[in-house]
Amino acid sequence: MADNAFLQAAWFVLVGMLLAGYAVLDGFDLGVGMQHLVTARTDEERRILLNSIGPVWDGNEVWLITAGGALFAAFPKVYATTFSGFYLAMMLILAALILRAVSIEFRSKAEGRRWRAAWDVAFSVGSVVPAVLFGVAIGNVMRGIPLDANGDYAGTFAGLLSPFALAVGLLSASISLAQGSAWLMLKTEGAVAARARRAAVAGIAAALVLWVVVTVWSRVEAPGLWGAFGGILPWAAPVVVAAGIGTAGLAVRAGRAGLAFLGTSSAIAGLVATLGLGLWPILVPAREVGEPLTVAATASSDLSLTVMIVVALVGMPLVVFYTAWVYRAFRGKVRLDEHSY
Amino acid sequence: MDVEQLARIQFAVTIAFHFFFPSISIGLAALIVILETLRVRDVRGRGETYDRAAAFWTRIFALTFAVGVATGIVMEFQFGTNWAEYSTFVGDIFGAPLAAEGILAFFLESTFLGVLLFGRGRLGSRVRWFAALMVSVGTLLSAVWIIIANSWMQTPAGFEVIDGRARLTDFFAAALNDSTIPRYLHTVAAALTAGAFVALGVSAWHVLKRKHLSVARAVLPAALLMAFVGAGGMFATGDASAKQVAVTQPAKFAGIMGIYSTASGVPMTIWALPPTQDPAKLPQGPEIQVARLLSFMTFGDWNAPIQGLEEFPTQDWPPVAISFLTYHNMVLLGTLMLLVMAFGAYYLWQRTIFRRPFWLRAAVLATPLPIIAIQLGWATAEVGRQPWIVYGVMRTADGVSRVVPADQVALSLGLLVGIYVLLGGVWLYLMRRELGHGPAPAPDGTDETALDELPRREPALRPGATAA
Repeated sequence: MADNAFLQAAWFVLVGMLLAGYAVLDGFDLGVGMQHLVTARTDEERRILLNSIGPVWDGNEVWLITAGGALFAAFPKVYATTFSGFYLAMMLILAALILRAVSIEFRSKAEGRRWRAAWDVAFSVGSVVPAVLFGVAIGNVMRGIPLDANGDYAGTFAGLLSPFALAVGLLSASISLAQGSAWLMLKTEGAVAARARRAAVAGIAAALVLWVVVTVWSRVEAPGLWGAFGGILPWAAPVVVAAGIGTAGLAVRAGRAGLAFLGTSSAIAGLVATLGLGLWPILVPAREVGEPLTVAATASSDLSLTVMIVVALVGMPLVVFYTAWVYRAFRGKVRLDEHSY
Repeated sequence: MDVEQLARIQFAVTIAFHFFFPSISIGLAALIVILETLRVRDVRGRGETYDRAAAFWTRIFALTFAVGVATGIVMEFQFGTNWAEYSTFVGDIFGAPLAAEGILAFFLESTFLGVLLFGRGRLGSRVRWFAALMVSVGTLLSAVWIIIANSWMQTPAGFEVIDGRARLTDFFAAALNDSTIPRYLHTVAAALTAGAFVALGVSAWHVLKRKHLSVARAVLPAALLMAFVGAGGMFATGDASAKQVAVTQPAKFAGIMGIYSTASGVPMTIWALPPTQDPAKLPQGPEIQVARLLSFMTFGDWNAPIQGLEEFPTQDWPPVAISFLTYHNMVLLGTLMLLVMAFGAYYLWQRTIFRRPFWLRAAVLATPLPIIAIQLGWATAEVGRQPWIVYGVMRTADGVSRVVPADQVALSLGLLVGIYVLLGGVWLYLMRRELGHGPAPAPDGTDETALDELPRREPALRPGATAA
């Protein structure tokens, strides 16, 4: 069967774009969540944080669901191997995402102090855990994982917790913190905005350091990813990361929240692009044993990819259009009213 | 317990718990569209009442929807985590509807729910109406894609197996397979009924308690009509669904109906002791049967033959007792619902419904019936499909992840059960609170209108007659 290499490449890019969309959009509301207990101290401040993401967080999370669905549909074996191989980590992410989602909705439905404090903690922990663990999962994909003859994960749970993978987890959490802080600088005023600004500085500094560390370390831990960076052009992606982090840092100092948010967003998109360039044409490299899971070997049939590309080409522009409309409609600083969380 | 049993229990627990919430929210979303439309058009000058009604039911919807979203993510991850062999085998066909569900449905409902919830006082009145419509369309579309995926597991079509993987050969044959349309209509009819019963039960409860009367009286007729149409639709579509199962999944049909031997003119069992996997141990007891009815209902011929389980090797039989029990109890509950609705429709036409405390109490008690029936119906569909994960193509035992050890599945099962118990408890507590609070009070004092002053049928029957 002559498989269409262009279609397969298109889906590699599309899955990457969906992941980047998730990382940028849910990145900021996870980043808001992880600083919930620190940046917001009074009940009113915490309500402001929740309402800053109120109208949009649910839509942001759909990017994850869609990226997962697209991976399942376009590269079923990759979906099956990573989700079953990272079993306990995935279950922890699920538990965190469940508690996080309901805590946003439940918290303000009752008044008790302990009630609200409990859901505040659930929201915060539920935001930290996915941000770190998604990064750890990506760190493992970068290093490669041991694969058996069937293409399934052949390692242990402890094997997923290498120092390198944990460093990528911290990178993902810190860039998400920076992203969430920039969002809060946009949406809040006064003491909350001032604290968010300090969190932004911490997030951006940590992200910069960890990015350099992970990049240098990857020469040893993931040398295969460097093959793509022989020419000049692929360096555009890491340059975007550097420019994004730099812009964000300067913009935070200048108090320009919008520009800072743009900077951290481009840095996240640049990180996903760097990863994609390094991996291509492999999706999951093999470490020590086994054959890597390649785009060509794991892609679905041309017919299936074609049907889905039609769905994506019709659906995604609409999604982007009305999502942009909603962000515009809810622009400006958060004002609490009787309909708020 | 081995890893397959644990993975199956985990799937059953997570899908059953998850599906409580969408089954309510699909119906409530439709009801909110009705209320929003009545509000925008200011029907009978009661736009203000419909506004408070829509706001109240939107709050209830949001609470339910949030739990549905949170528990829904588990479903999408779980194919990969626990059913990796299945995912690899069917990804070419099964993955596409899941991706399409995200792109064409989830984005729509989630994004516009944000507009609906937070747009009050900020965005225009028509925008709110449009957002409600989009949320409802989103819920109905998400059902399309998930039913396509699940129906393909029931009656697979439009594919061939190459190198141990199912490959799509005809998209429309796969998407619109034999069971997609009957099952979609049946599921949506049932979900509309479930949402309508919740609104109906709550409104009836408020009327009985003499609280929040203006909104309760505005919502009850709308919910009742929706429930009546939904419950009727459930029977019509259920009939179509049963016919389809008889033709395309005969072993499942025989299991559901508890038929061991192939025969002509088969009676319909209304009530009986549940059959057993071993025909020799079939319990003897009283049963209620209608002669030849099953043959007639299924094939339109009183003497039509129906295949019994004996036609199939025993390793291809579904769990007979569970299939039989879940199906027959579902039908029983459906009949009860239709009965409550028929009286309700009559009283509504008679304009005496608010003065029928017995019926109002029945409506309160009937609130969870459709939700329970939906759970039973899904159990029938999925247990009846066993031992296949893809009917006739792949066995459930062959679909489970090979690399996930049993102790890890036991751990995740414990974790999820713990979270779900907490979630279910908190949801019930908050629902009770919200329903007790009720909608915003009527500004013109109509909440205090005594029930004795409610309109009676008589004046309307005699136009021109003056009120006493």
